[in-house]
Amino acid sequence: MHELALCQAIVDTVTRHADGQRVERVEVRIGHFRQVVPDSLLFSWDLLVDGTELSGCTLAIDHVPAVVECATCGGATTLDLPILVCNRCGSTDVKLVSGEEFLIASIDRAKEVC
Amino acid sequence: MGRFHRHTDGTVHSHDHEHRDVGDHGGYVDTGHERVAVLETILAENDRTADENRSDFAAAGVVTVNLMSSPGAGKTTLLKRTITMLGSRLRLGVLEGDIATSLDADELSGLGAPVALVNTAAGFGGECHLDATMVRSGLGRLPLGDLDLLVIENVGNLVCPAEFDVGQHARAMVSAVTEGEEKPLKYPVMFRACDVVVVNKIDLLPHLDFDMERFVGNVRDVNPSARLLFLSARTGDGLDEWCDWLVETSSRHGRREL
Repeated sequence: MHELALCQAIVDTVTRHADGQRVERVEVRIGHFRQVVPDSLLFSWDLLVDGTELSGCTLAIDHVPAVVECATCGGATTLDLPILVCNRCGSTDVKLVSGEEFLIASIDRAKEVC
Repeated sequence: MGRFHRHTDGTVHSHDHEHRDVGDHGGYVDTGHERVAVLETILAENDRTADENRSDFAAAGVVTVNLMSSPGAGKTTLLKRTITMLGSRLRLGVLEGDIATSLDADELSGLGAPVALVNTAAGFGGECHLDATMVRSGLGRLPLGDLDLLVIENVGNLVCPAEFDVGQHARAMVSAVTEGEEKPLKYPVMFRACDVVVVNKIDLLPHLDFDMERFVGNVRDVNPSARLLFLSARTGDGLDEWCDWLVETSSRHGRREL
């Protein structure tokens, strides 16, 4: 529901980093535990960039799985639901090592090469 | 032309070609790409504004609680009761967020606490959450320096408000027993984000099939450290503990009870 607001934030940051050049691709990194619907984000993106200097720019979404590391047995578990438990030994003494990312990773700027 | 490809481990590499002499290429322009690492959080701008709010709260000596829930869980009723019950224990102010109308703000005004309304309709056809900038726009209409505690009543929604830092010291949510036991699993980000989960409408329990043990287990699964408070904002049952928590929160972040 807030994807349009998020896209506006992405547009603002990308425009700042574009440095006046054409941007062809933006890569965002979004953790599994973030409540972002990729299709909504892409839909919002097309809507927002249409008719602007970012028109035609691709938004690439890199989905980062949610992984916890267990302090008891050292195992790593990929989670679907955010119930923080180790699948190997059942311990809840785990640390979330990925899954909450919410980054604009990079932009590809068009560069004129002679 | 720069090329990039994704490896099975999810990393993306870009390989730019060497510049090659292609003879006389006066006027010839090739296009290439330049990958620029940004690595900024998508909410960076919001988070900067949230920090400004935090500084203003610190300067005014006011502690803030971001109060969230689904629509109809009882935030406004809880606040009405809270304003009356806290009375002289804390000087309370309310920043009321709603997509449209001043109905909730009207209901809260006249109880002795200053209320500022922020309608989010100015966003994209009504934002479903309060962000740091929206909160900031309402702060000038509150006597922050005269308050001990500011409660920010967020827009009724279990998804989006959890993603936006508004500069609060603590997050609380209201979950009514009429909403069922599975909400913590369906809206885990909200339940994980909160310091306190207020379980409201307990006066209705005799009329419902609500399984409290299962609900509490679900909350614990996604947020083992959240404090749970059980109350009825309608009857006032259990409200003391909520008020005590507000007073505690206020003093923990630097304010003493009057």
